[in-house]
Amino acid sequence: MNALRLQTLSRPQTAALGAIGLLSFLGVWSVLSLSGIVPHQFLPAPHEVAARFFQLLFAPFAGATLQEHLASSALRFAYGFVLGAVVGIPLGLLMGWFRVLDEIVSPAFDALRFIAPIAWVPFAALWFGTGIGGPILIIFAGSFPPCLINAYRGARFVPRPLIEAAQMLGTGNLRIIVEVLLPASTASIVAGLRVSAGLGWQSLIGAELIVASTGVGFMMVQAQLAASTPTVMSAMVAIGLVGLAIDVALRALEAAVRRRRLA
Amino acid sequence: MSRRSAIGLATIATLALAWYLATMPLELISPTRFPSPLDVWLALQQVALKGYANGLLYQHILHSLNLVVLGFLVAAGTGVPLGLLMGWSARAEALINPVFLLIRPIPPLAWIPLAILWLGLGDAAKIMVIWFAAFVPSVINSHAGVRSIEPAVIEAARMLGTPRSRFVREILVPAAAPMIFTGLRLSLQASWTTLVAAELVGAFYGLGRILNVAQTDLYPGMIFVGMACVAIFGWATTRVLAAIETRSLSWTQIAEALP
Repeated sequence: MNALRLQTLSRPQTAALGAIGLLSFLGVWSVLSLSGIVPHQFLPAPHEVAARFFQLLFAPFAGATLQEHLASSALRFAYGFVLGAVVGIPLGLLMGWFRVLDEIVSPAFDALRFIAPIAWVPFAALWFGTGIGGPILIIFAGSFPPCLINAYRGARFVPRPLIEAAQMLGTGNLRIIVEVLLPASTASIVAGLRVSAGLGWQSLIGAELIVASTGVGFMMVQAQLAASTPTVMSAMVAIGLVGLAIDVALRALEAAVRRRRLA
Repeated sequence: MSRRSAIGLATIATLALAWYLATMPLELISPTRFPSPLDVWLALQQVALKGYANGLLYQHILHSLNLVVLGFLVAAGTGVPLGLLMGWSARAEALINPVFLLIRPIPPLAWIPLAILWLGLGDAAKIMVIWFAAFVPSVINSHAGVRSIEPAVIEAARMLGTPRSRFVREILVPAAAPMIFTGLRLSLQASWTTLVAAELVGAFYGLGRILNVAQTDLYPGMIFVGMACVAIFGWATTRVLAAIETRSLSWTQIAEALP
């Protein structure tokens, strides 16, 4: 524990305080909803949201059940995320190795980075339609920059002696990138993947709110138009759970990479 | 001029030339897909002088800028103190953290439909969404900032009997300041992203509104103008925040400059 703390808490104390926090959060929510302080239509009680969530797993809303909407969102996400990683990581490594490429790409990249991914929505719809292509471009716009930046930083901070040793042994450019820079910057790249997954997932939801005819974001818009607050909240819970699952998976990958480095 | 900025300028000039050649004389890219420089200029003239999507360009810009700044200030004003409190008090952290962990995985943009249900399409809904979006990075980084303070500094202060208010003002906040600013930068970015998304979903004015109308009108020149404005003002607000950071953290540079 940090010496900053006046008192350190034991495990049961922490758990008890955490439970109090959670219970009072749910308690205040329930009271606000059930007492009618906030109109019930706008704030359903927690158990009503939970009930609606399970109902949505079986009864279709906006053309599909919740898990079908989630599946179509997840598919789009996978395409966009993989595309961002496949373009971003090699480009970042190359920029980290070839100074000229860095100097050529960086200004354009820095300029484009200030455009919020979601601002690509109109062009995405114009170029690739609203089915799967448009949203993929937006996920790509969200997930590509962190992949590139972290691969680049990883490659730039590889210890000089490693590179010099490889060069002294007459290793070619390609082999240096694949066999020296890539392994040495894996930790940074995986950290970048985590950031880019978060941004990509969030950009996807935004894209689906605006242009899409399937997916969990589309479902939320339909629920909002139908003024069905429990459905909107259920979708938020589902989005949070999937986002959490993606993050847990990448965190496991991060831990695995770290273990391999230490071994 | 350094080699780096020379190459950078050359690249941007080449891109601009390629853009002109591909859209105007060579007609490689259809004007319905991507605007030519002339289209962009005409769109800019139209929105700046005659107006588009309910208003003139400067009105849209002021409207969006105003909401971003307001939402950002509300988020920073609540997020930073909460983060500091959670970093300082183990009890507060134990109490709040589970609720925070529960809400945190929900991406900010997913709050938009709920905000519209609760508050409609007006400014209040936008500020609520920006608040939720920008709140989280402020809390996390302020918290981490407090936890990164050297224990020796705190023990010294305690040994000298520093009163609590003075401790917070002269040790806690300054020591956590670099991390707080990191959080604020992320918060500002999140504010812009969420505002544009919220305005795209539904609004009466703003840069997102321009994008939205231009999308329905299939007007690539105007889409370009809208995106360029988002990028320019996103960049400008980041610069302002960076300037505030350099001024208020001038002591860190002095400390680095000392032998």
